[in-house]
Amino acid sequence: MPPILELRGMTKAFPGVLANDHIDLTLAQGEILALLGENGAGKTTLMNVLYGLYAPDEGEILVRGEKAEIRDPNDAIRRGIGMVHQHFMLVPVFTVTENVMLGVESMRAGVFLDRQAAAERIREISGRFGLEVDPEAMVEDLPVGLQQRVEIIKLLYREAEVLILDEPTSVLTPQEADELFKVIRSLVAQGKSVIFISHKLKEVLAIADRIVVLRGGKVVGSVPVEQATEQSLAKMMVGRDVLLTVERKPAKPGEAVLDVADLQVKDDHGHPAVRGITFQVRAGEILGVAGVQGNGQTQLVEALTGLRRVESGRILITGQDMTRASPRQVEAIGTSHVPEDRQRDGLVLPFPVVENLVLNTYYAPPYAKGALLQEKAIAESATEQVERYDVRTPSIYEPVSNLSGGNQQKVIVAREFSRPTRLVIASQPTRGLDVGSIEYIHGRLVEKRDEGAAVLLVSSELDEILSLSDRIAVMFGGEILDIMPGSAATKEQLGLLMAGVRQPAPSAA
Amino acid sequence: MSDKPEDAPAPVAAEAETGVTSVQRVAARSGKFEALLLPGLAVLTALILGAVFILAANPISRGSWGAIAQDPWGTIGTNWTVLRDSYVALLQGAFGSPATIGEAIRAWQDTGETRPLLDAFRPFAESLTISTPYIFLGLAVALGFRGGLFNIGAEGQLFVGGLASAFVGYSLTGLPWYVHLPLALGAGMAAGGIWAAIPGFLKARTGAHEVINTIMMNWIAFRLTDYLLTGPMGRPDGLPITPLIRESAFLPALFPRPMRVHVGFFLALGAVLLVYWFLWKTTWGFEIRMVGANPRAAKYAGVKIARTIVLTMGLSGALAGLAGASQILGVDHQMVRAFSSGFGFDSIALALLGNSHPVGVLLASLLFGFLRGGAARMQSVASVPVELIRIIQGMVIIFVAAPEIVRGLYRLRAPRQKEAQPATSQSG
Repeated sequence: MPPILELRGMTKAFPGVLANDHIDLTLAQGEILALLGENGAGKTTLMNVLYGLYAPDEGEILVRGEKAEIRDPNDAIRRGIGMVHQHFMLVPVFTVTENVMLGVESMRAGVFLDRQAAAERIREISGRFGLEVDPEAMVEDLPVGLQQRVEIIKLLYREAEVLILDEPTSVLTPQEADELFKVIRSLVAQGKSVIFISHKLKEVLAIADRIVVLRGGKVVGSVPVEQATEQSLAKMMVGRDVLLTVERKPAKPGEAVLDVADLQVKDDHGHPAVRGITFQVRAGEILGVAGVQGNGQTQLVEALTGLRRVESGRILITGQDMTRASPRQVEAIGTSHVPEDRQRDGLVLPFPVVENLVLNTYYAPPYAKGALLQEKAIAESATEQVERYDVRTPSIYEPVSNLSGGNQQKVIVAREFSRPTRLVIASQPTRGLDVGSIEYIHGRLVEKRDEGAAVLLVSSELDEILSLSDRIAVMFGGEILDIMPGSAATKEQLGLLMAGVRQPAPSAA
Repeated sequence: MSDKPEDAPAPVAAEAETGVTSVQRVAARSGKFEALLLPGLAVLTALILGAVFILAANPISRGSWGAIAQDPWGTIGTNWTVLRDSYVALLQGAFGSPATIGEAIRAWQDTGETRPLLDAFRPFAESLTISTPYIFLGLAVALGFRGGLFNIGAEGQLFVGGLASAFVGYSLTGLPWYVHLPLALGAGMAAGGIWAAIPGFLKARTGAHEVINTIMMNWIAFRLTDYLLTGPMGRPDGLPITPLIRESAFLPALFPRPMRVHVGFFLALGAVLLVYWFLWKTTWGFEIRMVGANPRAAKYAGVKIARTIVLTMGLSGALAGLAGASQILGVDHQMVRAFSSGFGFDSIALALLGNSHPVGVLLASLLFGFLRGGAARMQSVASVPVELIRIIQGMVIIFVAAPEIVRGLYRLRAPRQKEAQPATSQSG
């Protein structure tokens, strides 16, 4: 039996760069193929070619052994190839049924939408693959994980045989990701085939049958999952040995730099988000705050950095009361803040790298004299920081929107870490980044700690928390359930706390 | 002026060293070319489509179509002549006629007579005169855009600016020009600035949208003008006109009458430089642009958002008020009810066409000024109504606002979507 999908010699060049260089790929029926590679390795280009969004320069696509001409996504779906994009294409105010029907409406008497029939089919599909989606639900009311399933249903409804999932876990919580994996397994159990695009080693190892690694537009390896390890995959991806665990010496904690007492903060809707939190971060240590997204971590960080009003309680930074301070006062006293959402809060995307590097320091010498920006000083410092923090950009005048996510984060890290700081607050500092960038950012955080800064690391990635933290605090429902030494913590113990289950005997901090 | 920091040309670094693809680099560079190409093509397209309206409006053209079956080439020839004459009239109306200019220069060389010279260059000077308020107003709206604010109230700010400078201009007496003129200009700026700062303050304080409130402030300005001109500021004989301003408050004309072009044009050029310098070389300008491009990041960076909004609106209004002052002190010398024929509303188009960049606004303002300047001659010579210019202006705006139309017409490739962007934390 011929493979359900085969790509031969796919080549796609953009002016000055070969995004795909003679890529061969086969997908057997019922197989989960992971396409692994760093950002910019050519994964998305390849899938866009397959999906008819780009015309290939060379190469051919075979579906069940037959040559297929795919000019647009409609061609692709007619051939049974469907794609779930990173950002969903759903109408929030439509029901699941309406979203699924959109474009392939079933009709009664030629003019009336037959929602009933469509809903029936959705129920059938949902039941068959264990998707558990209510056809009548309004999409905007569904959590992200279920919205993703609606996208999958859309493809199954159109009778897709090959499902391409582009970075599907990037928007999911760990639990939702596990649920997605179950769905994927039930899809292939019933004969569907899946291409799973990712740059996360662990999940690729957890879900794939076979792993194809792309680097610089070329296939650098194709291995069955049994023969792959994190280390070997990382090496293939990056092209050199990668440190997956962070080397660090034991912490030498000094006096408390951040001292928070009984802090209470509300969210945007006026509901309590942080309910009476007390903790300290000392100089020379990393305190990791673990927790499932949405348990008050965002509001905690915003309150600490002056971006959100404190209802009650007290924040001391280096002994000074910062409870009602503005973001600028918090910055000026020696705080670095790597915000949770780099594109929304940490950068002005249309601005060039050079301006983003002085985003919060532009107002004072040496970058300003009075109200006059000192362009020379700003440019010199930018050139130096781009060099020192290895920001890959053609020029310091490049709009930061043109940089990859990893390099965007490096711009923020360069800005926040290059000035003398006593306190570092880093929120989800490696979210969405590739292995090389993660390694880099972790190294810098530990370096800051070793220089004697107090580091507060907020992350929903348990691995990150475990590998970096000297002490770990777990947040649930706006409270800190427990603070424990990093060396003593286990994944299972933290997982229970993250789900809100209190330990019988809390360990000492 | 081309070194606008946002699109400064990117020196190509060693290809292999950069994590950015060349595609992105090319796209970044072509962005700058497109910023000039698209408005240029939009103007060209509008002028071509304008031909349809010229033919529809011109009586000779309308009469010629009956004979198209008998004499197709004759009909086409007739229409071609109409079009050519119309656009030649537009150009001559805007820039002057080369023949007349030549004659005038000869007459001046022979006899030393300057009057023909003034007459010959008058169309050009007149176009500059019309461009002057356009430049101030376009800058006003562009400054607002840069700060993320849509100042639709430039027309109202123009009116209060005119009122204030007229009042200072006629009511103060016995001052030397170097005191009186700056006072009158300053009064216009202050009035426009305050007028715009009010909606700015309302936005900063209550979140009330500036579009709604600047429109409301327009109506208040118009009715305030009616009231003041028919009452406190009107002439003793009851005409709804203010008294003439004193000569000490005049913005001096550059040439003798009938040339109206005045020093205000150079003030406008100065304002272009000043606004550019302010936006890109000062911390205040940086704050304004930051708030405009990403208010959340501005807040993170410690910028006081509310204060910046009020400041942006105030400065935008001050520029619009300066337009009013320059019209009163340089051209009209008194305030009348029909003070402006929609200059303030055109200015939104100018800011769009100029991509909210001071130099772009200057070019767009000159274009509109010269179109308006040429329109009158086109009407008298080629029987094409002046309103045609409005139609052309309107089409320019449509094409600038919907660049896809222009790209489609000229088979230009759309700027490529960013490729393979990593999963960043848009949700969560």
